[in-house]
Amino acid sequence: MVTAEDLREILSQVKDPEVPVLSILDLGILRSLTCENQHWTIVITPTYSGCPAMQTIEADIRTTLSRNKVDHFTVETVLSPAWTTDWISEEGKRKLEEYGIAPPVDEVDKSVLFSKPPVVPCPLCKSQKTKMVSQFGSTACKAHYQCLECLEPFDYFKCLR
Amino acid sequence: MENKLKFLLRLGDDSMILGQRLSELCGHGPILEEDIAMTNIALDLIGQATNIYTYAATLSTDFNDADGLAFLRFEHQYYNAVLVEQPNGNFGDTLVRQFFFDAFRVPLFQQMMQSKDETIAAIAEKSLKETRYHLKHSSEWVIRLGDGTELSHERAQLAVFDLWRYTQELFHMDDAERELVDAGIIPNLADLRGTWLQTVESVMQTATLQIPENQGFFGAGRLGRHSEYMGYILAQMQYMQRAYPGMQW
Repeated sequence: MVTAEDLREILSQVKDPEVPVLSILDLGILRSLTCENQHWTIVITPTYSGCPAMQTIEADIRTTLSRNKVDHFTVETVLSPAWTTDWISEEGKRKLEEYGIAPPVDEVDKSVLFSKPPVVPCPLCKSQKTKMVSQFGSTACKAHYQCLECLEPFDYFKCLR
Repeated sequence: MENKLKFLLRLGDDSMILGQRLSELCGHGPILEEDIAMTNIALDLIGQATNIYTYAATLSTDFNDADGLAFLRFEHQYYNAVLVEQPNGNFGDTLVRQFFFDAFRVPLFQQMMQSKDETIAAIAEKSLKETRYHLKHSSEWVIRLGDGTELSHERAQLAVFDLWRYTQELFHMDDAERELVDAGIIPNLADLRGTWLQTVESVMQTATLQIPENQGFFGAGRLGRHSEYMGYILAQMQYMQRAYPGMQW
């Protein structure tokens, strides 16, 4: 019989297909693991409503668990509480930066309609002199930035609260 | 039809049809960044529709999943507001339509989070965060176009004059919705107009755009009566499921 600890270890092999350095634990989309009568319930939550990675992630959880001989489980998706980038672990943020994606910075209240785009340090040369190119990037969770020092374009993992 | 199901379809169809409209811009945006922005917003909207339809399907006697609701209804069985089915037109038309819609959905979701129905509250909570971002994007563009060049101002102003008439419908309620309001399941839609108008007036002022004085007419999309554009949207959207029933990716 696997323990919750074992299960976490196994599930840390399940990566976000669009940011393959992050596991579902790093991202904070794995919400809970509960066991009743030797049957596990694995609860996950989407980052954005339309995140196309969710189906792949659910399928990956199934195959990874089966491969590790965990057979009795259900995967549930919940919407509330809604995911926030605050749930990305420190480890996850470090991995993001190493991968070349700027991790979310502490942004001001989103309910203010017009606020300046946040200062996002370049993940490559660490310069603070960067500019937002577009509010939307290669996936729903990212915006597009460019470094004005080393001129490298990069993705920024948007702060969502 | 049960009240709650009726409301969920109105809510979900707004997301679905606008998402489908915006996805037409995939590969056709005026600049690459906006091409990506439009398709990202489309993706969020279709995601919201999926969540709403999934819940609606549990209440429906005719359809047992979200795909059935999205792809197998006839035109008169869709209850989206006529605003969202209007063609993309020029970039000003697309952005003004989006702005009117986003300015309505932000206060709607904000208040819907208090719903006594847990699933509706959860959908609102999830959708609100991304909708705020959409509103920021569309407001900034309305200002940029309105307070931009002579040509961009003219087009944005024409778009406001043209689309204003469709906005009334967003705040219309019938008996089904009034009963849901009384039961604490949805917010009073008519009351949202004040907040909406505040946002619209402030952005229009910065954008140097005028708001028409008349209120326009009452669209009947909520009753399943649509403009001539609707059938074409469905023809394209439903083609695969009609041609190959039950097909899956």
